[in-house]
Amino acid sequence: MYGGTELVGEGILKGMAETARNFFGSFVSKDRLTTVQYPEERELQIEVARDFPFLVYDGADWQQGMRCVACQICEKECPPKCIFIEKSKDKKPDANGKPQFYPAVFDIDISVCMSCQICVEVCPFDAIKMDVDYSLSTDDRFGGLLLNKQRLSKSNDYYRKIHPTEAAEVDARLAGERARQEAKAKAAAEATLATAAVQPASGESR
Amino acid sequence: MIHLVQLAQQLDQVFVLAKHWLLGYVPAGVQPLCSAVLSVLSVILVFPLLFAIVTWIERKGLGRMQNRYGPNRVGPCGILQPIADGVKSLTKEDIVPITADHAVHFLAPVLLVSASFMDYAVLPIGRNMVIVNLNAGVLFFFAVGSLMELAVFMAGWSSRSKYTLLGAMRAIAQMISYEVPLVLASIVVIMQAGSLSTVAIVNRQATYTGIWPHWFVFTPWGFAGFVLFMIAATAESNRSPFDLPEGESEIIAGYYTEYSGFKFALFFMGEYIGMFATSGMAITLFLGGWSAPLSFLTWIPSYFWFFAKLLTLIAVFIWVRGTLPRLRMDQLMNLAWEFILPMTLLNIITAGVWYYMPTGSIRWFVCSCMVIVPCILLSRGLKQKKRFQVRTYHFTQ
Amino acid sequence: MILAVLTVAGMASAMGLRNAVHCVLALTLGFTGVAALYLQLDAQFVGLAQIMVYVGAVAILIVFVIMMTHRSEPAAPPNFISLWTVGSVVAAAVFAVLAWAICCSAASTQGLPPQPGVTVQQIGDALMHRFLLPLEIMGLLLTAALIGAVVIAMGHKEDMK
Repeated sequence: MYGGTELVGEGILKGMAETARNFFGSFVSKDRLTTVQYPEERELQIEVARDFPFLVYDGADWQQGMRCVACQICEKECPPKCIFIEKSKDKKPDANGKPQFYPAVFDIDISVCMSCQICVEVCPFDAIKMDVDYSLSTDDRFGGLLLNKQRLSKSNDYYRKIHPTEAAEVDARLAGERARQEAKAKAAAEATLATAAVQPASGESR
Repeated sequence: MIHLVQLAQQLDQVFVLAKHWLLGYVPAGVQPLCSAVLSVLSVILVFPLLFAIVTWIERKGLGRMQNRYGPNRVGPCGILQPIADGVKSLTKEDIVPITADHAVHFLAPVLLVSASFMDYAVLPIGRNMVIVNLNAGVLFFFAVGSLMELAVFMAGWSSRSKYTLLGAMRAIAQMISYEVPLVLASIVVIMQAGSLSTVAIVNRQATYTGIWPHWFVFTPWGFAGFVLFMIAATAESNRSPFDLPEGESEIIAGYYTEYSGFKFALFFMGEYIGMFATSGMAITLFLGGWSAPLSFLTWIPSYFWFFAKLLTLIAVFIWVRGTLPRLRMDQLMNLAWEFILPMTLLNIITAGVWYYMPTGSIRWFVCSCMVIVPCILLSRGLKQKKRFQVRTYHFTQ
Repeated sequence: MILAVLTVAGMASAMGLRNAVHCVLALTLGFTGVAALYLQLDAQFVGLAQIMVYVGAVAILIVFVIMMTHRSEPAAPPNFISLWTVGSVVAAAVFAVLAWAICCSAASTQGLPPQPGVTVQQIGDALMHRFLLPLEIMGLLLTAALIGAVVIAMGHKEDMK
């Protein structure tokens, strides 16, 4: 059980050689000195890093361009139930011009949120995405970690900056849907125009 | 050329000459007292400064060995960290447990630091630079070193706490067990030098054949003695890997758990000063004291060589601390009594054989064999003994 | 003079203090005082050996013994024994006899010539040449004592098992 073939003290000398290599190597190579001096230096986060959710809005006005339509699916799917939504009474037009409900109150308690990303996965409108900002600590222990709608809203440009690939994919999909909607609307408009053009003709011939 | 030699000699003796010059201003009756005070004052100023620097070196060195920066916030490269530590320990509240024995609790760090500083009285730091040239200098060193154990016990017992008492008992057991090999390892040097006086021992080693010095470490028995002395010295000062009595992860802080603020700083300093003193004694006994390693380097002042060797030994201590895991109490005691002690006894016999054999390569070969072969056999034999066995408890039902 | 006072005070408090560990520490102070007296008399080897052996080993041995046997808290206040007066008379008498013997001895009346300082070399020579047999017998005696202690302790362990 003890290998009797090595010399006495050989293990110690090998260990000391390793620490000496660490000592001298720490001045020359990065992988012998793995400390990142936070907060002056920061490690780059991978692209799919996630911390807490945020609401995406298109355009410049956060209230006007918010994608969320208060369908409350994320509230129901959230495992620790940290999302609190109150639907509005009136409607406002969304990116496609269609009038939709909007959340009058949208609170996420990030002290409860476990960053599971389920709300992102179930949202049919790509309205809620994961942020990468982790320095959200505060000394207000009663309301400081309950983020409201305004604090949660960040623009689509920000989303493109933090998750370029995802944002590109979402933008492409939404643009495609909008294009399809427009094409359908145009086809419907042309169809009504065609029936309108046919009807007077038929009305005239009668 | 003569001017350079004279300049080198004056540089070598600059502290002695400075002291004589200062004593010239003092009336003749008071001169012995002033001389003693000046020497002691220089020790008290230099070695705590060295202690501060060594704490910085240790933290940076250990950090780099463990793939991290050491302290680097306080000054450039954290060089002012010892000052920050000093300010912290001076301004911390001095908490003494209510049930503690206040007199003994207060005296323990005092005794430890006093005993540690008294050790320097016989270390020759340079040519003609020893505080007291005692005839039995080495004996004085070990005698005063044994006072440290009493201080450790006082600290541990007076705090009236289970951690401290347990740590103190372990610490004393360790220190006593390793004091025997420490003394035996130095006996070989005394045998060869023929004197207990540290100055005489260094003078014996300060000669050269060709360019090589006559340091005792360059002989087989001297090398073995040096290694054994260093192992015992590491254990005497409760340093890793023998720091179970004070291991932070094992027993909180052992015998100085209940000390805070300045008293803790005194303990810390006492331990390090003791470490420097024992290293200094190793340098005196084995590494030639203040003599230069090569004969053409003797123009560099003697105290420079002493401190260079001291810093090298301290660096080795730090290196060993960063490498080895802590030894368990029974492993520690087994090492002392079953391996180190027989090796020191064999070393004494080897040194005797060396003394009586005629000079030449034959005695190198014989003595090297006498040191290396038992070492290998003993270590193999001890390893064979350790089989996994059912643990028997002797003091419980 | 100061050393003598220190030594006597140390030994007296070793008898007088209530806490056992305080007594040991006072005893250690007394030992150190004796060692300092030896050093003052230029007996370097004996003085340093006194520190190394008594303070470094014997005191710690006594401390260990107290730790392992002494269970209670600081002891009850000392009783006033009626034999106290008789004891002090006897102690005073012994002191008087010793003092008279020292004062009337040849050393203080005639004034001995200053003894040459005994170096360690001389002690070593004497041990190896003149007192070799006593040295070896003492070594054997100590070994026998050590082995006896180990045997008794191991026998004790066997009992406990």
